[in-house]
Amino acid sequence: MKSIINYLAEIFRGVSALIKGMKVTGYYFIHPGEIVTQQYPENRKKLVMFERFKGEVVMIHNENNEHHCTACGICEMNCPNGSIEIISKTVTSEDGKKKKVLAHHIYHLGMCTFCNLCVKTCPSNALKMDQTFEHAVFDRTKLTKVLNRPGSVLMKGVDK
Amino acid sequence: MNFDIYDFSSFTKSIDEGLMASMSPFWAITIEMIIIGVLILGFYAVVGLYLVYAERKICAFMQCRVGPNRVGPYGFFQTIADLIKLLLKELIPIKNADKILFNIAPFIVIIASFMAIAAIPFAKGLHALDFNIGVLYVMAVSSMGVIGILLAGWSSNNKYSLIGAMRSGAQIVSYELSVGLSLITIVILAGSLQFSTIVEGQRNGWFIFTGHIPAIIAFLVFLVASTAETNRGPFDLAEAESELTAGFHTEYSGIKFAFFFLAEYMNMFIVASIAATVFLGGWMPFHIGGWEAFNGIMDYIPPFIWYIGKTAFVIFLMMWFKWTFPRLRIDQLLTLEWKYLLPINLFNIILMAFIVLMGWHF
Repeated sequence: MKSIINYLAEIFRGVSALIKGMKVTGYYFIHPGEIVTQQYPENRKKLVMFERFKGEVVMIHNENNEHHCTACGICEMNCPNGSIEIISKTVTSEDGKKKKVLAHHIYHLGMCTFCNLCVKTCPSNALKMDQTFEHAVFDRTKLTKVLNRPGSVLMKGVDK
Repeated sequence: MNFDIYDFSSFTKSIDEGLMASMSPFWAITIEMIIIGVLILGFYAVVGLYLVYAERKICAFMQCRVGPNRVGPYGFFQTIADLIKLLLKELIPIKNADKILFNIAPFIVIIASFMAIAAIPFAKGLHALDFNIGVLYVMAVSSMGVIGILLAGWSSNNKYSLIGAMRSGAQIVSYELSVGLSLITIVILAGSLQFSTIVEGQRNGWFIFTGHIPAIIAFLVFLVASTAETNRGPFDLAEAESELTAGFHTEYSGIKFAFFFLAEYMNMFIVASIAATVFLGGWMPFHIGGWEAFNGIMDYIPPFIWYIGKTAFVIFLMMWFKWTFPRLRIDQLLTLEWKYLLPINLFNIILMAFIVLMGWHF
């Protein structure tokens, strides 16, 4: 007799557990407000990415077209996949000293894994991660970018 | 020709008489069979496609997603686009596969569900085959589909396919019992195996209400067992994606894969229509014995709408199961059948026979 009661109790427990699960899915089914997916191309105007999202590496420029990069090459050395190349040039300043300055900071977006090491190791905080993500192009060479803007110079006081 | 949306029998009869008068009976019957075949084929394709769409939408809403929403308004033409894609895809020949069996298998699966759909009463008079053993016939032909699944797994020359097919065989052998016994419970109450008599017998209340406790138990058992019989989740061991890539149809591509896919949904439709016909009154409107005014209002809704509505309700229940419960292990599957469903079912038959004997049903 006891085994029969146990058998029936087991069926009852099983069915009530199943109904609990069906309640959850049933609740979601009749509450479309719970939908969490975002309709991307429609909402791109008001789309806000998360703060931790890393889209691409950019160089910080201020309003006078000045950047912080001293062309030291630490980011180039730290990049695990060689997606950064620093091309520097030597200029002579007005007091006759020779000095190495940045010519082109070349960034291969196609090779970047967005590991953030270049941003972290930069001694003068010249780089940052931007949140843009629509990087698709028809030609692979377009993924090679020059990060310093044309005509930009080193900000005074960074290399002291 | 008088076309009546509430009763198709005079409409079909006038077509029959017109054909019989103009040609010999052999040709008349041949043409009638062709007409019915084409109609069912069209119905089959449309229902199959839109069941796929409905399933994707329902599962999406249950998982807090939106589902297909790009092709047409609310993604309404998504499955048509999918079908066109599948039609255009290459049929990949499999090395060392058993060519004949490999090519026959999808057709056996499709033919089995196609034969079953002919015996289903859609509305009054809209019923292609009305055997006096209709329930037995549907049970017999719908379980033929597993032969196709077994052949597909066997001939593919792939261990995943074979394991999937063997699981499917074990599953059908077990669950066919429960499906049959739960239908027999209602056959005892109806006193007939003919679908038209079963539907007519529910004029004063559907069997799930007039047969009260045993009928409700039989309905629940039928739901579980028929979900297992159609190889749908949570009983989809035959094509368990996470274990067997795609189970018995791993090696199939293009339109042959589409056949299996379509047959799965049509089997669900057939099982749901049997549940709707046997337990929920088929095309019979919701009647309560004695309430003439209420019954009159219910009769205004055409029988076809009632049939579709009830079938859709059962299909929704099956989709709800699929997207809620995790897949069973093979031993759990067999335990559920042999230790729980079968004893409950046998007890339920005795209970129903006793109730019918004592006249305790409504």
